[in-house]
Amino acid sequence: MTARAAVLAESEADTFMSGARLILKALEDQGVEVVFGYPGGAVLPIYDELFKQNRIRHILVRHEQAAVHAAEGYAHSTGKVGCVLVTSGPGATNAVTGLTDALMDSTPIVCLTGQVPTHLIGNDAFQEADTVGITRPCTKHNYLVRDADQLARVIHEAFHVAREGRPGPVVVDIPKDVSMGQGRYAPPLPRGAAHKTYRPRTAPDARAVREAVALMAKARRPVFYTGGGVINSGARAVAALRELLALTGFPITSTLMGLGAYPADQDQWLGMVGMHGTYEANLAMHDCDLLIAVGARFDDRVTGNLAFFSPGSKKIHIDIDPSSINKNVVVDVPVVADCGQALEALVAAWKAETAPRPGLAGWWRQIADWRGRDCLYYEQKGPVIKPQYAIQRLFEIAKDRDPFICTEVGQHQMWAAQFCGFTRANRWITSGGLGTMGFGLPAAIGAQIAHPGALVIDIAGEASALMNIQELSTAVQHKAAIKLFIINNQYMGMVRQWQEMLHGGRYAHSYSEALPDFVKLAEAFGCAGMRVSDPARLDQTIRDMLDTPGPVVCEVAVDPRENCFPMIPSGKAHNDMILSAEDAAAKRITGEGLALV
Amino acid sequence: MPHPDDTPQSLYEGMVPLARLKDRHVYRHVIALVVDNETGVLARVSGLVSGRGYNIESLTVAEIDKDRQLSRINIATSGTRQVIEQVKAQLGRLVPVHEVRDLTDEGPCVARELALVKVACTGDKRAEALKTCEIFRANVIDTTPQSFVFEVVGDTDKIDAFIDLMRPLGLVETSRTGIAAIARGPAGFLSDGLSPNTPS
Repeated sequence: MTARAAVLAESEADTFMSGARLILKALEDQGVEVVFGYPGGAVLPIYDELFKQNRIRHILVRHEQAAVHAAEGYAHSTGKVGCVLVTSGPGATNAVTGLTDALMDSTPIVCLTGQVPTHLIGNDAFQEADTVGITRPCTKHNYLVRDADQLARVIHEAFHVAREGRPGPVVVDIPKDVSMGQGRYAPPLPRGAAHKTYRPRTAPDARAVREAVALMAKARRPVFYTGGGVINSGARAVAALRELLALTGFPITSTLMGLGAYPADQDQWLGMVGMHGTYEANLAMHDCDLLIAVGARFDDRVTGNLAFFSPGSKKIHIDIDPSSINKNVVVDVPVVADCGQALEALVAAWKAETAPRPGLAGWWRQIADWRGRDCLYYEQKGPVIKPQYAIQRLFEIAKDRDPFICTEVGQHQMWAAQFCGFTRANRWITSGGLGTMGFGLPAAIGAQIAHPGALVIDIAGEASALMNIQELSTAVQHKAAIKLFIINNQYMGMVRQWQEMLHGGRYAHSYSEALPDFVKLAEAFGCAGMRVSDPARLDQTIRDMLDTPGPVVCEVAVDPRENCFPMIPSGKAHNDMILSAEDAAAKRITGEGLALV
Repeated sequence: MPHPDDTPQSLYEGMVPLARLKDRHVYRHVIALVVDNETGVLARVSGLVSGRGYNIESLTVAEIDKDRQLSRINIATSGTRQVIEQVKAQLGRLVPVHEVRDLTDEGPCVARELALVKVACTGDKRAEALKTCEIFRANVIDTTPQSFVFEVVGDTDKIDAFIDLMRPLGLVETSRTGIAAIARGPAGFLSDGLSPNTPS
């Protein structure tokens, strides 16, 4: 710091500023470049301050839910904290779905909400909602700031809490009299300074690392099972994971959220695990003698029936959140640590471990046998495009442009996870834990704002796309050249699939009645629109979409009857998968499985 | 039911022997937290408990250090070992929580509860109520010709027993505090050496 800057900083600390100015200054000092938001009465002073400055860019969304999803897209694609600004009452309640989504997928978000003036709190004032009460269970932490002097400190702390440990959303509720009041600025704590109470453990215990490596060294049928925690941990974790895989030669599978941490074009990659994971990944999980979970939380979509989950294996679990450990599955060696630090420690310990190791050739032969089933096989024949084919061709054509792929939720999401072979982290942005339809379009806008020159594609279903379709307007206003690739099968496909398998084919309200003309809809918003239904025209249409500047909506009419396989039916084990439609007919879901979601 | 476990404490963070985690018996544990005494902290703790469906028998909270604005929460909960471990881990990740301690696991502890018990009776039942009060070393803190209010202190079982005995004598109302618990021996609570109430 220069002498002049030091003097300025000191004088700034002593001078009173408006609450709104304190907020903007705190955001600047946190390195915030973009805020996704929507104005309203309770945040007008903050918007007034935004108007007076040029350092922070504001992206005006069309619905507060989309503001949070866009911030999530920004966060997932950059590894930074996403920042949201919404007004009181409906602004805050509309943000709740996004906040819950961010909590379930451990996405770092700071959401500033306006609040009615302090003297009106509790009086049912206009646009009042108990925001801290409503958001308590759907945030990592939240604050109500009652004093402008506390604003800067609280905002800095909010970023710290959102970012450190297992990341998550944090709400800062700011009454209008506080943002209009006067207060003193407090600078951010130096990076690495300990918080009074929130001090997540990041370095692994040496004993845990020793025990983990001892198990790895004698494993005959090991498998890595990695999750979004590796990606959240950052580039160091991704590099350490790849090094450890190269050193050990073990096979690896990943959760939906973990795709891209390990390159899908490597031989050791088994594909995704879980309900719509590959045959080889699920059977490897079931038959392994050592399961190494890294930044994954044994979600029910991954484990299937817990009573039959990986019955013969020892389990190592690396996670920064102690409450993830032994929650669903009891483990032999817990490693409470940041994934990156733990993986680096494992790399070092593995290199030092010299005991003779059993060969893995038999295990790899078994895996090759499972791979031989070609579980993702489908047939593209006839005049109708198969949804798998549309997604496979899209990724094949786009992959050399290092695309960011976002999705909505449903069949198209699972096909995207199966057919997009990610080779880099932070390129895959999807709603895993909460399963939020309407996530992908705003998330794509957030990713595009963060990476203006990049190719950002939202793979959507026609039903999901309509859930936040108003955001096309946001994309046009802010010149976010996203490509909305709609797989139109005229059904809420996953709902229809479950109705077919569980409810005798009674398709209650899952047909997409009265669909808009997506091409005209795109044009009404000022986007380019295109449509394809002929398999022979698919590649060219995809190329046209990628080459058209600005936001594009591309509707692909696909086979409405296609189901997503493989599938572990609810209540079943990993080794009881349905591989095809014929298989599904033979394996009816009955009993307790009917009650599961 | 006391926990029969005599295995040593966790070897390292998160490490709980598998045999314990796979034990399906239900045990009662007393868990104590020191938290920042800030608005909403009780709602955070109770919301977590109800939101995740844990079984809570007693939850008490009171400020214990005015200068440092610390409160102590005592929770009595029942569950399998896996659930108890999960309750502690979930509580531990709340931001205003300084420390979570399992008093049941960490060695002997004492737990007390206070109850105010109103009994309306006349004649022989009055004498019987007073005799029971003496046996339980309870105090009479209010009386009218037709009623008593007793103050009784003890562990939960003792208070349950006292109330059961008062029922046929004309029990009208009870008001209980829930438990306050503390570990036996000289050691303080916070592992950073800063025991609440230490002059700062």
